[in-house]
Amino acid sequence: MQKARHRLLLLAPLAAFLLVFFAGPIAGLLSKSVREVEVPRALPRTIEALEGWHYGAPLPPAVFTEFASDLVTARENETLAHAARRLNYEIPGLRTTIMRASKKVGAAPEGTRFDSAFFAELDPNLASPEFFAVVQRARGPVSGFYLLSALDLQRDFKGNIEWAPEEYRIYIDVLFRTLLISGSVTLGCILLGFPLAHLLTSVSEKTADWLIVLVLLPFWTSLLVRTAGWVVLLQREGLINKTLIDLGFLAEPLDLIYNRTGVLISMTHVLLPFMILPLYGVLKGIPPLYMKAAASLGAGPITRFFWVYLPLAAPGLVAGGLMVFIQALGYYITPALVGGASDQMLSFFVANYTTDTGNWGMAATLGLIMLILTLVLYAIAQRLSGGRTQLAG
Amino acid sequence: MKNTAKTMAMGIFAVACLGQAAAANDLTVVGWGGPHQEGLHAVYWAPFAEANGIKINEETWDGGLGVLRTKIEGGSNTWDIVLTEAPEVAAGCDEGLFEEIDTAAIGGVDRYIPGAVSTCGVGALVWNIMLAYDGDKLAEGPKDWADFFDTTKFPGKRALRNNAKWSLEIALLADGVPADQVYDLLKTPEGVDRAFAKLDTIKADLVFWKSGGQPIEMLAAGDVVMAAAYNGRIFNANRNDGKNFKVVWKDSPYTMDSWVIMKGSPNKDEALKLIEFMGRPENQALMVPYSPYGTTAVGADALVDAALVSQLPTAPENLAVVFHEDATFWNDNGDKLAERWAAWTGTN
Repeated sequence: MQKARHRLLLLAPLAAFLLVFFAGPIAGLLSKSVREVEVPRALPRTIEALEGWHYGAPLPPAVFTEFASDLVTARENETLAHAARRLNYEIPGLRTTIMRASKKVGAAPEGTRFDSAFFAELDPNLASPEFFAVVQRARGPVSGFYLLSALDLQRDFKGNIEWAPEEYRIYIDVLFRTLLISGSVTLGCILLGFPLAHLLTSVSEKTADWLIVLVLLPFWTSLLVRTAGWVVLLQREGLINKTLIDLGFLAEPLDLIYNRTGVLISMTHVLLPFMILPLYGVLKGIPPLYMKAAASLGAGPITRFFWVYLPLAAPGLVAGGLMVFIQALGYYITPALVGGASDQMLSFFVANYTTDTGNWGMAATLGLIMLILTLVLYAIAQRLSGGRTQLAG
Repeated sequence: MKNTAKTMAMGIFAVACLGQAAAANDLTVVGWGGPHQEGLHAVYWAPFAEANGIKINEETWDGGLGVLRTKIEGGSNTWDIVLTEAPEVAAGCDEGLFEEIDTAAIGGVDRYIPGAVSTCGVGALVWNIMLAYDGDKLAEGPKDWADFFDTTKFPGKRALRNNAKWSLEIALLADGVPADQVYDLLKTPEGVDRAFAKLDTIKADLVFWKSGGQPIEMLAAGDVVMAAAYNGRIFNANRNDGKNFKVVWKDSPYTMDSWVIMKGSPNKDEALKLIEFMGRPENQALMVPYSPYGTTAVGADALVDAALVSQLPTAPENLAVVFHEDATFWNDNGDKLAERWAAWTGTN
């Protein structure tokens, strides 16, 4: 009992650290995928006036006066632009319209009637039931807007869930693309890494050490530099095409870059060490005697490999495969530099939403999807390898 | 040996970032980096710091409203003056990310070219997206965006920025839409459909780029026969790397970057003084040899070597034919069109 308490005490600083700097921020960020804060903060009175109203019924006349006073207060306390941006996600054009309306309301002479006609003159959108349906849906505290968007779904004004228009559907495609690229890269790493890891176990300790250094060497170069290196090699007048043409193997240069080929080649190269190192650790632990014993029992080389060696190597393959696959899921720089527009993965969109457009809701939602995906895959791998998965060699 | 390898492997994960805190009263100024920033340092920042006895911290960034919003809302903003693109100037100003500009303190509105001074921004430089090609490989080059879409006359791949912004305008211009009707048309679903339909006609020949150096590399490597590229990059490739890239000024999208002061900057007075200094025509003229961007101060071009001026977006003969970007349109429609663009580029 005493001991257990000591153990807990020793763990407490680390646990506290993880909670404050890891779990807390992640939870905070992910909560952005469902929270609605912009509209309730800026338009509280409008939302109150909309209480009980539903799309299809006539708008309560009080809505417009409340909306007018919200526009002025929200502009003063600088919450309006955020609400305008949030509403603009659903009805493009609202951003400018709302900011303009706020100025107009603020400058209106005393006694002006802020009714449907006043706003309709500014922009028919602002007097439309569709606009207020969107406001009502974003009233918070939570909504499924971002989650639906990330699955290429949307709500119509009545609140029914439907597919987004076909030419705006992207995320499901991107999700499958991300899985496909990550899977292909993992397969490539296994095919290239397995023979090498096996070679490492069969040469002398000293040679193996040197070979390991060669495996680790790319690690010491920044990812950006390695990817830029591939650009030099793969381009139309690059080293690979030039050599093949000079040697007479090719008449026309191959398209090796700005497409899927380029992404797969460079990602496999970048991630290969993560396959080799855990695999080497496991393969090294397989006693050579087992193979000899199998041979003495009459097993041929193919039987020996598939029935003895491969099952023993499985934990290494799963660990390496998982490491490569999970890292590949989050790849961003490499596809951006050597891929085409149809090779961009989920993290490209996360980065775009975070730094470029500042749509944190979408960024958090896509991050959440990626996290769930990773956890599910990890659980499957655990089950497949009988719980022997380890993430280090 | 195995231990060494292990230690090294651990080292990979132990990448630490060292933050630098700026002392109070120092100005932190943020630009785009590269040769342009070297010019900023030599022409504006170093002389200003010396004359005023202050220290200027120089940083770089890659743009994006998200970055600015995070700085202000996170409460850990250390930037004072930031070089910002037009749509972000407008949207950030609405959101209260920037201080409003006291026009008297920057030399008055009339010192600058029309449209350069806004509520929160002071025009810093003008740049264009150009139709560019390699004059050594293509003797008779394209004349306008319609040629960009003409794969019979000019077979080969074309490089386009991986972004709906400017690509849609280019498509409509190539389709024969007069420049002054492009945005009105793009505000309608039919206009957007028409732009994508035009892009569809050359989709198989399009290569998309993300960073400004890529189209230059692609042109140089012969990966593409023509490209939509930043005018500054083309100029530098010709001057520094001996290239013979040619450009088409007609209907090239024109935009202006501005200086903004971050909200709550403790050095607002100093910041305005520096912006005023950077807005003097005689100073802007000195910037041009560093990087070929258009100037925003009236009369600055007159102080620059005439041969250089002809390569600037603000040279009268170029300015007359360029296509003016509508930042407000992109603030309103950018999110939706970015999704559609991603959906369009993602399917082959």
